[in-house]
Amino acid sequence: MTEILIKNGFVFDPVSGIKGDKKDIAVKDGVIVESVSAAAKVIDASGMTVMAGGVDIHSHVAGAKVNVGRNFRPEDKLQAVYEPARGVRHMAGGNSVPTVFKTAYKYADMGYTTVIEAAMPPLYARHTHEEMRDTPIIDQAALPLFGNNWFILEYLKNGEIDNASAYIAWLLRSTKGYGIKCVNPGGTEAWAWGLNCMTVNDQVPYFEITPKEIIAGLMTVNESLHLPHSLHLHSNNLGNPGNYQTTLDSLKIAEGFKANNNFGRDQVMHHTHIQFHSYGGTGWGDFESKGAEVMDYINKNPNITCDIGFVTLDETTTMTGDGPFEYHLSALNHLKWANTDVEVECGSGIVPYIYSKDVYVCGVQWSIGLEMALLAKDHMRCYLTTDHPNAGPFTRYPRVMKWLMSEKARDEVFASMKAEDKVRDRSTLGSIDRELTLYEIAMMTRAGTAKALGMGKKLGGLVPGMQADIAVYPYNPETASDPEQIEYAFSNAKYLIKSGEIIINDSEIVSNGNKQTYWVDVKTNPSKQVEHDLREMFLKYYTVTERNYEVEEHAFMKNPNVISIDATQ
Amino acid sequence: MTQLVTDIICPFCGTLCDDIEVEVSDDGKKIIKVTNACAIGAEKFLHAQSPDRIVRPRMKQEDGSWKEVTYDEAAKYTAKILCDAKKPLMYGWSSTSCEAQATGHMIAELVGGVVDNTATVCHGPSLIAVHDVGIPSCTLGEVKNRADRVIFWGCNPAHAHPRHMSRYSIFSRGYFTTKGSKSRKIIVVDPRPTDTASVADYHIQIQQGRDYELIDALRVALQEGPLPETVAGVPKEKIYDIARLLKSGRFVTIFFGMGVTHSLGKNHNIDIAIALTADLNKYTKAAIIPMRGHYNVTGSGQVLGWQFGFPFCVDLSRGFARYNPGESSANDLLMRGEVDANFVIGSDPGSHFPFKSVKVINELPSVCIDPHMTPTVAVSKCHVPVALVGIEVGGSCYRMDNVPIESRKVVDPPAGMLTDGEFLELVLTEVQRIKGVAA
Repeated sequence: MTEILIKNGFVFDPVSGIKGDKKDIAVKDGVIVESVSAAAKVIDASGMTVMAGGVDIHSHVAGAKVNVGRNFRPEDKLQAVYEPARGVRHMAGGNSVPTVFKTAYKYADMGYTTVIEAAMPPLYARHTHEEMRDTPIIDQAALPLFGNNWFILEYLKNGEIDNASAYIAWLLRSTKGYGIKCVNPGGTEAWAWGLNCMTVNDQVPYFEITPKEIIAGLMTVNESLHLPHSLHLHSNNLGNPGNYQTTLDSLKIAEGFKANNNFGRDQVMHHTHIQFHSYGGTGWGDFESKGAEVMDYINKNPNITCDIGFVTLDETTTMTGDGPFEYHLSALNHLKWANTDVEVECGSGIVPYIYSKDVYVCGVQWSIGLEMALLAKDHMRCYLTTDHPNAGPFTRYPRVMKWLMSEKARDEVFASMKAEDKVRDRSTLGSIDRELTLYEIAMMTRAGTAKALGMGKKLGGLVPGMQADIAVYPYNPETASDPEQIEYAFSNAKYLIKSGEIIINDSEIVSNGNKQTYWVDVKTNPSKQVEHDLREMFLKYYTVTERNYEVEEHAFMKNPNVISIDATQ
Repeated sequence: MTQLVTDIICPFCGTLCDDIEVEVSDDGKKIIKVTNACAIGAEKFLHAQSPDRIVRPRMKQEDGSWKEVTYDEAAKYTAKILCDAKKPLMYGWSSTSCEAQATGHMIAELVGGVVDNTATVCHGPSLIAVHDVGIPSCTLGEVKNRADRVIFWGCNPAHAHPRHMSRYSIFSRGYFTTKGSKSRKIIVVDPRPTDTASVADYHIQIQQGRDYELIDALRVALQEGPLPETVAGVPKEKIYDIARLLKSGRFVTIFFGMGVTHSLGKNHNIDIAIALTADLNKYTKAAIIPMRGHYNVTGSGQVLGWQFGFPFCVDLSRGFARYNPGESSANDLLMRGEVDANFVIGSDPGSHFPFKSVKVINELPSVCIDPHMTPTVAVSKCHVPVALVGIEVGGSCYRMDNVPIESRKVVDPPAGMLTDGEFLELVLTEVQRIKGVAA
C-alpha cells in the first residue's frame, strides 16, 4: 500500500492534545505512522486544517425507514440538484433522504469516514445491511432496537438478566448489529394499540413493566456483555413541551452504574438527540427551553454522554422508531404519514417536516440545540449530530459548526426570524457569547464520538497506530475571519484519506474506497431458556422461520469487521 | 436416501412463505416432493425439473427460427443493443433477486436506460398514492398477532396468495389472537362472490368501479355523518355497521389488490383508502398493506429506491434519475415509440402489456432473460434462459410488507446454465468495455 505524508497542516487532535500546531502526519499500510520513506506521496496541507476522519455517532442513513423516506418523497429530490454520474461517482440525488451514493459522497466531502446507523429494526436487518453494502466509502455499523422487544420485556420484568444478555448476544450475532439501541422504551409497543408511555413510570400494556425498568435492565445487560458502546437511549416523551422532566428522570436511572469494558468507553448511557428532550412549557404557547437544566445534569454526571440533534431550519423528513411521536407529529402538521409496526420487536414512523425560522417554536428548537452545546463543559461527552434527517440533513453539519464557532453567525439567524424577541426570550442562547474552537469541534465530531462508541483506540485521532482516516480542510485558522469560510471548508474537504487510501484528492472524489461494516460478536454462557423461547417465538409469533432470520455475513457484508468479545465469565 | 431441504422461500407470490420443505434426490439434482407450499408454489418448484426446459441462449433468425448461441454471444448482443440505443427500456425485475437487480441498475446507469418494474401495471398506483398521503402499515406478523378486524378490498387471496389467509390474516393464531379466525371479523369488499368472500363474516358486494365512493362513505360513517340511502350499491345501514365494527376493533388491517389499483380512479382510490386507515387511527389502531404479486416486486422498488431514489419507472437516459409515472413508465414509452431497445428480465410483458406495446417490442432489438418459454420470449430477438432464483440460486427478496428474506438454493441448475446475476455481470463487463470505463 502507498505511503502518504500530509505536510504542514494545522493539526487538531484531542486524542494527542494537539491544538492547531503545524505538524506532519504520515501514513503507511492503512495506519498512521511516525514517519515514511522519501517515496511517500506528499500532500501539501499548508494553510489548511487537518483532523482525523469524522465519526458520526447517530444518523439514519440506511434501512427500511430511510428507504420509505426516499420512496415516499419524490419531492425531496427537488430540494437539491440531482447529480449526474462523473468519474467514479454514481448518479446521486435526494436532500434529506439522499440515495446511498449521495450519502457516501456528501459524508466524504465533509471529511467523515465512519457513520453509525442509529436504528435497525432486527427483522429488517438484512435491508439495512444491503443498503450499507451499496453505500461506498464510509465505514458503517448499525444499532438494533431493543426497548420494545417482547423477549426483553419478559426477561426484564422477571429480572432474568442472564437470559436478556444471552438473547441480546444472539440478536447482535443474528442481525450483525453493533450495540443496544432503545427508542421510547415500552411506548412503541404501546403504540401497537394506539397508546404510548409518556413517563418512565407508565406501565407497558399487557407486559407489566415500566420504561424505567427497561432502561435500567438494558444498561445492566450492556455492561455485563462488556459491549464497546453503551446503551444508546432515545427516552420517552420526545418532542413534547415539558418533556425535560421525563428526560431528567431517564438520565437519573444511570446513577450508580459503572462502565465495564475494554474499549476505553467511560459512559453507561448515551442519550441521543437531547435537544428534542429538553423542552419546557405546558403547551406550544408557552414552549421554552430547558436545555440549561438538562445540560447542567449531564455536565455533573460523567457516566453519561449525549448528542444534540441540532435543528437546522430546513425542510426535512423525520423518521424514528418512536411510532406514536410520528403520528402526533402528522396530526400537528397535517403532512403525509408513514408508519410500520414490526412484529415482536419495534415500530417506526415517518413524516416530512419544515422547520421554518418564521415559526417561533422552530426558532426555539434551533436555539435549544446550540444553547446546550455551548453550555456543555466537556465536549468529549457532547456530540454534533442533527439526528439526520430528523432535525435537519447531515449535510448541514458544517453550518452547525459555523453557528457553534461564531456568535455573529448566530445573531444573523436570530435577526432573520420573524419572532426574534420571542425566540430570544425562550432560551438563554442570546446571552451566551461562547464560541467553540476547532479543537472542541474535533472533540464533538471525532475524538469524543469514537471514544463513546468504544472505537477510540482505533478511530477519531491521529496517533501512530490508529486507522489512517484523515481529513484536510481548506481552512486557515490563523487567517480565517468570515464565519462563512467555516461552512464552506467543512463541506468541501480538500483531501480525504480512509484506511490509508486517498478518497478525495484536490477536492475531487477519486475512489469508492473499501468500506467496512462493524459488528459485535459476544460469546455468552448458553441459555437453555433462551433457546427454548426462540424456538417458541419463531414457531408461534414471527412470520419468518428462525433459520431465515439470520443475516448471513458472507451474503450481505462486503467487508465485515467483527469485534469479538468473551462475556462468559 | 433422499435429503430434506427446509426453510425454503417460495418464489411465487408476495406472501413469500419461508417454511417450504423440499425433498431432493441424494445427488442433489432432482426435486422429488414439495411440502407446505400452495399448489402454485409447488408447481413452480416442480416445473424447474421440466425435461423440455430450454437451457442455452438463442437468437431468432430471419425465418423466425431459433439458433443456439453461447452466453458470451448473448451478453455481447445484449450489451450492444443497450449501448447502441438512445433510450433502452429495461423492464421487469420482479422475479429475480435484489443482487441481480443491483447489477442490472449499474448497467442501466452506464447505458442511460429506463428501469421499470411490474408495479407499472400492478401496484404502481399504490406507490403514487404513498407519495401523496404516506402509508400507515405494519408487518404481516402484526396482523397475525393483533388484528381483530381484517378487510380484503379488491383482492382474492384464496386464489392469488393462497397461503396468506392461513399464515397471516384469517386463520392463524397469534399472541393476542389466540382463537385464530374466531378472534377476527373478516370483511371482503368485492363485486364478485369470490372464494375469499365465502369465508368472510361480511361480503360487501360493491358495484364495480365505485371503490372511491364507498371508502369516502366509510370515512363519513366513522364520524356518523349523513349518507344517501345507498352508496356504490351498498345500503347506508350496512356502511354505518361496518364503520362501527371497525371502530370497535383493537387492530384493523386493510389488504387491497388490483381490484382497487386498476379500477377507475386508480391512485385516487388508494389515496382515500390510506386516508381511511389514517382516520381509523383516531379511534383504534389501523394499518394498510398492498397485496403485492411477484415474490420480489417489492424488492425491485426497494433497490431502485436506495440506489436512485424512486420506486419504479426510473429514467436514467439523461444522465441523472428522472421519475414521472405516465411519462417514464414502460407502456407509455413503448406506445409513444420512445424506446429503441427492449430488455426484459423476471417478468412477462408479452402476456400482460396491451397488444400495442407488445407489437412495438416485436419490432425492436430485444432480449428476454427468462427460464421459461413465454409470450415475451416469442416477440424477442434473443432469449437467455437462466437458473431460477429461489430454486437453483439464492438471493435477497422482499415480502409484500417489505420484510427481506433470503431465498435459498435447493438444487443445481441444468449443467452450464448461468444465473441472472452471472449473466448480468457478463453484460456489465461488456458494457464497461464498450463505454471505456473502469470496472
